[in-house]
Amino acid sequence: MTTFALPIPKRPTHPTGILNWITTIDHKKIGVLYGVTAFILFLTGGIEALLIRMQLAAPGMDFVSPEIYNQLFTMHGTTMIFLAIMPMGAAFFNYLIPLQIGARDVAFPRLNAFSYWTFLAGAIMLKSSWFLGGAPNAGWFGYAPITEIAYNPGHGIDFWILSLQVLGIASLAAAFNFIVTIINLRAPGMTLMRLPVFTWMTLITSILLVLAFPVITVALIELMFDRFYGMNFFNPVRGGNPVLWQHLFWVFGHPEVYILILPAMGLVSEIIPTFSKKPLFGYPVVIFSGIVIGFMGWMVWSHHMFTVGLGAVANSIFAITTMLIAVPTGVKIFNWIATMWKGSIDFNKTAMLYSIGFIFLFIIGGLSGVMHSSAASDAQQQDTYFIVAHIHYVLFGGAIMALLAGVYFYFPKITGKLMDESLGKINFWLTFIGMNLTFFPMHFSGMDGMPRRIYTYTSEMGWDLWNLISTFGVFIMGAGILIFVLNIVYSYLRGKESGNDPWDARTIEWAIPSPTPEYNFKKIPLIHSVDAFWEFKRNGTPIEPASGASENSEDEKNIHLPQPSYWPMVVSIGIMLAAYGMIFGLPISILGTIIGFIGVYAWSLEPVNEPEQH
Amino acid sequence: MKTENIKHEENEHSYTGLNSKKLLMWAFLGSDCMFFAALIATYLVNMGNNPPGTPFPEDVFSIPITTVSTFVLLMSSMSMVLSYASLSQNKIKAFRVWLLSTVILGATFVGFQIFEFYEFSHHEVKVECGDLIDASKREKLTDLQVKIGDEKCIEGVKKVSEKVPLTPQVNLFGSTFFTLTGFHGGHVTFGIIWLLSLLIYSFKGNVSPLNLDLAALYWHFVDVVWIVIFTVVYLFGVFPGY
Repeated sequence: MTTFALPIPKRPTHPTGILNWITTIDHKKIGVLYGVTAFILFLTGGIEALLIRMQLAAPGMDFVSPEIYNQLFTMHGTTMIFLAIMPMGAAFFNYLIPLQIGARDVAFPRLNAFSYWTFLAGAIMLKSSWFLGGAPNAGWFGYAPITEIAYNPGHGIDFWILSLQVLGIASLAAAFNFIVTIINLRAPGMTLMRLPVFTWMTLITSILLVLAFPVITVALIELMFDRFYGMNFFNPVRGGNPVLWQHLFWVFGHPEVYILILPAMGLVSEIIPTFSKKPLFGYPVVIFSGIVIGFMGWMVWSHHMFTVGLGAVANSIFAITTMLIAVPTGVKIFNWIATMWKGSIDFNKTAMLYSIGFIFLFIIGGLSGVMHSSAASDAQQQDTYFIVAHIHYVLFGGAIMALLAGVYFYFPKITGKLMDESLGKINFWLTFIGMNLTFFPMHFSGMDGMPRRIYTYTSEMGWDLWNLISTFGVFIMGAGILIFVLNIVYSYLRGKESGNDPWDARTIEWAIPSPTPEYNFKKIPLIHSVDAFWEFKRNGTPIEPASGASENSEDEKNIHLPQPSYWPMVVSIGIMLAAYGMIFGLPISILGTIIGFIGVYAWSLEPVNEPEQH
Repeated sequence: MKTENIKHEENEHSYTGLNSKKLLMWAFLGSDCMFFAALIATYLVNMGNNPPGTPFPEDVFSIPITTVSTFVLLMSSMSMVLSYASLSQNKIKAFRVWLLSTVILGATFVGFQIFEFYEFSHHEVKVECGDLIDASKREKLTDLQVKIGDEKCIEGVKKVSEKVPLTPQVNLFGSTFFTLTGFHGGHVTFGIIWLLSLLIYSFKGNVSPLNLDLAALYWHFVDVVWIVIFTVVYLFGVFPGY
């Protein structure tokens, strides 16, 4: 059989240690890697935010230089969106999707590892710009022509362009993988309308990613060609069109907003029914509104551009579509509230507190969102702190709150230990109060006309008080996050044993042992309904193994699992070098491309170790 | 050998009965659609935003030549189909012949493109001075020809010519054209490498019909994209009003 004589090493077998983590293609380990990496990056983004707030604490401050300040807010936005919230969502996708659909792994395990390593490569590249000649400084949506070489000759923007391209590759690879996994790897009986809501939201998010990322890729390529090769895409002097950048960016950027929030909505839709002891109210409607959000997310991008001067007709149409998209979002909120209605709600669980906090804060963010869907009103709010308040209510109050809820909820599944609920409550209330103290006053400073991204202000503007409260709030929020870190470490070391099903949960990932065994399900389950595990516990509907399925085996040692591989990481290193080479010289690029090619060929040709005889 | 491996490697179970790799390919092609859509949109938005005195589409395009290269690329799709059909019937030799023809046809197309890029970047505007005086002939000249002719045609000169290269830097038409067609050419080149790898592999191991099918899907997609580019960029560029 082995006639193909190439010196490709055998599959690695490292049961423990760092080599195990480097070569792993187990979706659970990759999920943990994603989660830990993204949380560390979240902390770095938080430090950047803290420095911004220090600078704005009082009028006329000189805490950081204006140049550094511009880099700080650009890096804060880019980090939180691309390196924190998206990969934290990906962490949950990785860990949960195969468990929720009753599979042994994702459809393409090595591609999954490749996604993680490429994400890490992009993250390293973006963050390394701090030490390699200055971070990007043009805001997280990098409007042309300020990003053009004539106005921004440093390497910061180049780092921004290239690292976003690398992160795009990672996101696309992951999205392809999850689309195929969810469509093809469902356990028998798991029809689309029996999928857990989180899996549904992951599917919609992945489809959005697949369609949205190529658009920003093109925009970034064009900007890169302008900068590197003197082309004219966004250069108005040569007839180029800077507004095109805004269109391309927001055609990506608005679906991106839903890419950030839909996984959060999915998590909350798992947690609230569990702690209310009721099925999710209107399961099909929640899913349908998710689909509608995913579809309509493509029709609203120009509401980011109301003040560009697209004309009354365009502004009116985008104002109307923006108001309409609030409907499916509102439907979901009502569904969560109706789920809690008359349920026996467990307020003692931090995961539930965070979920309720999510609903509360997301409503505030949603309402201010509806306010600027009116083009006339938005003309007053554009580029003020009012917008900053809105984005942080939906992304911190929304996405981060829900992701933290997810951590509390799924920590026992991952480690087999409970997180400490007392610390959890302190963590929740500090974060919640700190968050509101920080971001609510921004509504007022914004209404008073404080523009976003200004370096400092004078006392006559009357923004002193609001800014001081905001800065004060950041420290409380920071304390809350520190307690979260403490709780994770403490619970990991000293947490109480959770048992398999600590929350009396509803979906099948809780039917198997916690922490999850390497092979997930000893027998691939057979699904008869939505909330199959709950049906099993309450009505005795068995999650019986599918008869005659070849994957099933009484003996867990006979379960075939995908084998680890070096090559996904090799390809990622190749991509990273190729990207660095664009800045530091062609030879590095060529080296990276060669490494990447070797990796790809070895990947597709590498052998599979014969299963060991037991 | 390879297919054997894959059975262990990738999860064989499929809820829908669709092959997972094929589904992945379709998802990728959907994504690639958006990639080319954004590039073509950029081209269309910037059409006509060019400073006078620089080459326009009607100055540089030669529809007959590009028609030939388009025909070559479309024929490569046909040989791809024949190659797949042969492999499905286990006619390995025919499969290799057709696969090699596909590679050659694809490479020919890329060759045409390189020739075109070279020609455009060394473009020389030629004007018969007599045409400028004749109103019906003058109408058929491009703006650039009229401009150069009016500047250079003095008493006693019959023919003038001037080098007006089209580069990515010279105007927006150059930037958008070279980026769009360059990325398409890159796609074709990648496809050629892929097909060549399969061809070489077929001497060492067994290429499964599925593995060829994945490459074929990609190849046909790239061809279809070229039909759109040929229409939107070349035909619309030379025959405005359509």
